[in-house]
Amino acid sequence: MTATLNQYQAVKFSKIYALGAARGDLVVTNDDVAGPIDSSDEWIRQRTGIVTRRRASKDRSLMDMAVEASNEAITKAGIDPKEIGAVIFSTITHPFQTPSAATLLADKVGANPAPAYDVSAACAGYCYGIAQADALVRSGMAKYVLVVGGEKLSDFIDPTDRSISFLLGDGAGAAIVGPSETPGISPSVWGSDGSKWDAVSMTSSLLEFRDGTAAWPTLHQEGQTVFRWAVWEMAKVAKQALEVAGVKPEDLSALVTHQANIRIIDELAKQLELPDSVVVARDIINTGNTSAASIPLAMHELLSSGAVKSGGLALEIGFGAGLAFGAQVVVLP
Amino acid sequence: MALSKDEVLAGLAELVNEETGLAAESVQMDKSFSDDLDIDSISMMTIVVNAEDKFGVKIPDEEVKNLVTVADAVNYIADNQ
Repeated sequence: MTATLNQYQAVKFSKIYALGAARGDLVVTNDDVAGPIDSSDEWIRQRTGIVTRRRASKDRSLMDMAVEASNEAITKAGIDPKEIGAVIFSTITHPFQTPSAATLLADKVGANPAPAYDVSAACAGYCYGIAQADALVRSGMAKYVLVVGGEKLSDFIDPTDRSISFLLGDGAGAAIVGPSETPGISPSVWGSDGSKWDAVSMTSSLLEFRDGTAAWPTLHQEGQTVFRWAVWEMAKVAKQALEVAGVKPEDLSALVTHQANIRIIDELAKQLELPDSVVVARDIINTGNTSAASIPLAMHELLSSGAVKSGGLALEIGFGAGLAFGAQVVVLP
Repeated sequence: MALSKDEVLAGLAELVNEETGLAAESVQMDKSFSDDLDIDSISMMTIVVNAEDKFGVKIPDEEVKNLVTVADAVNYIADNQ
């Protein structure tokens, strides 16, 4: 007789237990970045909403911020890090092709020997991570999953670039996802559009840099193409996320978009026709655009400032280089 | 039935007014969106998307940079209705 295989025993629901946040230690003003792009504080505020962005000094690494955010999330979740069954680190600024940032992070937070891997989905990375964590937990593959979105974008900027560099900041946000008695994470709407691969990208490859045919690669974007996609295409994705979650705009406590640019955030909120009761996260004003870190940082800020309460529903939507996008509705931890 | 260029101009002026608050009368054929009307690239894209809805035309991203003056936009919309 053939042996019957064991398979993972599924868990019905998952939720986010807690968040953690760490930002760059330097407060960089618009005046600090305006010179090389021949701009001004007023111009930057008007076009981006940013007043200051947080950047990390040379001594504060991506890993430092990721560990700080993760430790806060683990402590607040009240779990033993040994019970973490997977570590997912979404980043585009880990300065090694290999090994991954996630394995080192797992070791540093006491989750060794958890499986650990990086996700490269840029500003959609955190939502990709939550989508995977939800699946890992509900399938029974992992009891708890640590999801981190972290970036030290200031290592990959050109101060004279007028397309994106002046928006960017550094930070890390972390979430612990685990089993739940009630639904805490909706189905995810996630995807990509590689036909717009060049719309947000590095200025060159590492090989071109090695061969001396290009400068150090930095970030660049086609602003108008990205704006159109980020507002009108992402509005469709956001509406779809609400639909698959089975909730209406008025059921939400918060909209937490990737903090790309206040004009994108406001226009996207307008397209969704949200009632005034829905708090729209605008952490970009003081933090800047931190790519994969921006959604957990913004959600953490809404919770810690008391703007929203634990238990409410938040629509989170990330979008960026790839182009990649991901959205889900979550119960606020 | 296709709109005349005057009708497109009037409709476009309404969209510019909604996005920027500029008086519709200031949107004239010889005006440059950026230099004369001080419309930045993000507002321009909002106007373009709203114009697509209003006039039932497609204005691809690569075409937007060619729409320097109001006349460029009016002609493109009128020719592609």
